[in-house]
Amino acid sequence: MTGITVTSRGGRGARVRVGLRQKLPLLVALVLLWMMLWGSTTALTILTGIVVALIVTQAFYLPPVELSGRFNLFWFVAFVLRVLGEMIVASFQVALLAVGPRSRHRGALIKVDLHTRSDFILTGTALAVSIVPGSVVVEVDRANSVLYVHSLSVRSPAEVEAARHHVLSLERGLLRAWGSRDEWEAVRS
Amino acid sequence: MIEAETVASILPIAAAALLVLAAALTLAAAIGLWRFPDPLSRLHAATKPQILGLTLVVIAIALSAQSAAVLLMLVPVIVFQLLTAPISAHMVGRAGYRNGDFDPGSLEVDELAADVDAATATDLPGGAWHDERGT
Amino acid sequence: MTIAAVLWVVAGVIAFAAVLLVLARLIKGPTLIDRLIASDVMLTTLILVVGAEMVISGHTRTIPLMVVLAATAVLGSIAVARFVSRAGADASADPGGDHDRG
Repeated sequence: MTGITVTSRGGRGARVRVGLRQKLPLLVALVLLWMMLWGSTTALTILTGIVVALIVTQAFYLPPVELSGRFNLFWFVAFVLRVLGEMIVASFQVALLAVGPRSRHRGALIKVDLHTRSDFILTGTALAVSIVPGSVVVEVDRANSVLYVHSLSVRSPAEVEAARHHVLSLERGLLRAWGSRDEWEAVRS
Repeated sequence: MIEAETVASILPIAAAALLVLAAALTLAAAIGLWRFPDPLSRLHAATKPQILGLTLVVIAIALSAQSAAVLLMLVPVIVFQLLTAPISAHMVGRAGYRNGDFDPGSLEVDELAADVDAATATDLPGGAWHDERGT
Repeated sequence: MTIAAVLWVVAGVIAFAAVLLVLARLIKGPTLIDRLIASDVMLTTLILVVGAEMVISGHTRTIPLMVVLAATAVLGSIAVARFVSRAGADASADPGGDHDRG
């Protein structure tokens, strides 16, 4: 199980070995999902879950996710709560915009140059941006870590900048929880 | 302490109220889908407020069944939606933008257009599809 | 009728109005993308209705249906979006129409 080697990130990275330790988060998540689907937490469910998770990860191979090796649970929970809170507020804002009087709102496609060079942080930030209603990632430039974000309602250049800063602050929140030490230090100031 | 009987009589009403709220969010999404002027705006109105609606329905089911196991079985529903709704929104938005379905006039700022012009064209693998556009 | 039953009817009427509006957009289009978005909303509404029916009828038998729908709802959108994207890239006159640099 430890003999798999892959090339990472479009030739930029070196070849890495995928150990059981790197696969562990995925395995745990799959076992948890299995338990949830059965709606039970018995030993038998956990055991069959482990078997199924091992079969699934062997049969359907995924490129390994390169984690930074640093994880702060507190800031991660804070990040998730923040995104969920924004999602709730923005859901109602978009709903009000839909039923309210026809206002002169126009969209904007904003280019956001992220600081990170990690696929994982890039994906996480894009996901967080897209979960919050009113903004969706239309295009991604993975090589340069650039997101092109469409914002639903923009009235002034200042709001364009605000939307850009919002995306960057989401990236900052994720870096604080899960980014590598170097990248977090870089955006900390 | 609230008495068990009071709880038993309030829970169905709370669950039903959550259903009304979820239905209202769905209606708002539908109104946005109908009223917004361009496809990209409709994409915003349509897909994502419904995740909140779905979460409310899931809470309503858990309230009415009053069972932790039921809630446990419903958590994947929300997680799947949270993970997949952004993906489909992105795919649809990207397809529409590349297709030119979005009226550039509806955008206040378009910082992607300039970069698209600057970028050298690279073909997608398997690009032998023939034109079957419905428009 | 109990208070809860009244609320059920209200929710049902609102959801029905929503479905009619989505159906109108689905028929009108005008672009394939519009129809894609509308059908996506329709499917999410279906998941909501399946869930609401469980609350109203007081059972939990259709939870697996909800889970499967929630997990696979995305596939249709992605497949069509992918198809539209490729057809568009082929048909579009400008060479910069596709710039996937992954």
